[in-house]
Amino acid sequence: MFDFFKFFGKEESSSKNIAKERLKIVLIHDRANVSPKFLDMIKGDIMKVISDYMEFDSDEIDIRITRVQNKDSDYTSALIANIPIKKMKKIGKNPG
Amino acid sequence: MGEVYVITSGKGGVGKTTTTANIGAALAMEGKKVVLLDADIGLRNLDVVLGLENRIVYDLIDVTEGTCRLKQALVRDKRFDGLYLLPAAQTRDKTAVSPKQMQDLCKELKEQFDYVLIDCPAGIEQGFKNAVAGADKAIVVTIPEVSAVRDADRIIGLLASNDLPYPQLIINRLRIDMVKRGDMMNIDDTIDILGIDLLGVVPDDESIVVSTNKGEPVVADNDSLASKAFRNIARRLEGSMVPIMDFETDNSLVDKLKRLFGIGKK
Repeated sequence: MFDFFKFFGKEESSSKNIAKERLKIVLIHDRANVSPKFLDMIKGDIMKVISDYMEFDSDEIDIRITRVQNKDSDYTSALIANIPIKKMKKIGKNPG
Repeated sequence: MGEVYVITSGKGGVGKTTTTANIGAALAMEGKKVVLLDADIGLRNLDVVLGLENRIVYDLIDVTEGTCRLKQALVRDKRFDGLYLLPAAQTRDKTAVSPKQMQDLCKELKEQFDYVLIDCPAGIEQGFKNAVAGADKAIVVTIPEVSAVRDADRIIGLLASNDLPYPQLIINRLRIDMVKRGDMMNIDDTIDILGIDLLGVVPDDESIVVSTNKGEPVVADNDSLASKAFRNIARRLEGSMVPIMDFETDNSLVDKLKRLFGIGKK
């Protein structure tokens, strides 16, 4: 059936959608805090993948979840990884 | 050998105690032997919700400290055959019992009962740790509001780190009118956020307040929606495939006519 209210955008601005969006963002942070193991697991997996391509000091790696502002100036969560490279491995270099 | 369920929520006031009392009574009505364990030491309420406050002689701490035998502390509910209450101590605090003591107590109880339902206190501290210590399964109660859902999510995380990785969800106090207006998160929204299996949905119902006033579980009253919802939850725990009630279908005359002509939501 044709939905009269959806047509006029009621669905978009309804307070339950605001609640849902706010919860989604806040829970990303809460969840990351619940388990300190969580970031360590991500860190371990990232290291496993990139170690074929470059050398790095595992103590120097900084991985965290933080809030960033996107281009519409809304806040979203982002996974930020800062991995200082010691040396590229051969496989990662351009030939010649 | 029975099973131990902990009924928890993180946030207070979302209906853990009412839920515990009603699921327990509904399971007893199904012919099961059920004990309700109030783990909210110092702030006990399961006794008044059940209307058993005048029949308490001993409590949980009397049992763990050896003042009485377990059997002496169990209060039998005369209205529901097979339903028992193990009350919390009111004049002590959460440190009066240890997780190990709770584990031993749950072990002993599940040898005698089909279901042990633990009414967990609000919060994530000692009382929570005690309540989950002896549990085999967990039920998370929430209401469709940001604060309650956020706390439920935190509790789900803490349950997982306490070897209870698959809790089931009860959405309590759903306001059907508000859901229809888009002013309350609906069933799908809530499941979507929390990401756990749904055990049941209990609509906001005045009959809960009335029955709590009288100290009678609402499941004794056959007509109310909340009563039906709790009885459905009990049957699902028993393994029956009972569909979630359809709350969103409007029963106004216009909607009935629409359905009659096949143009409304089914």
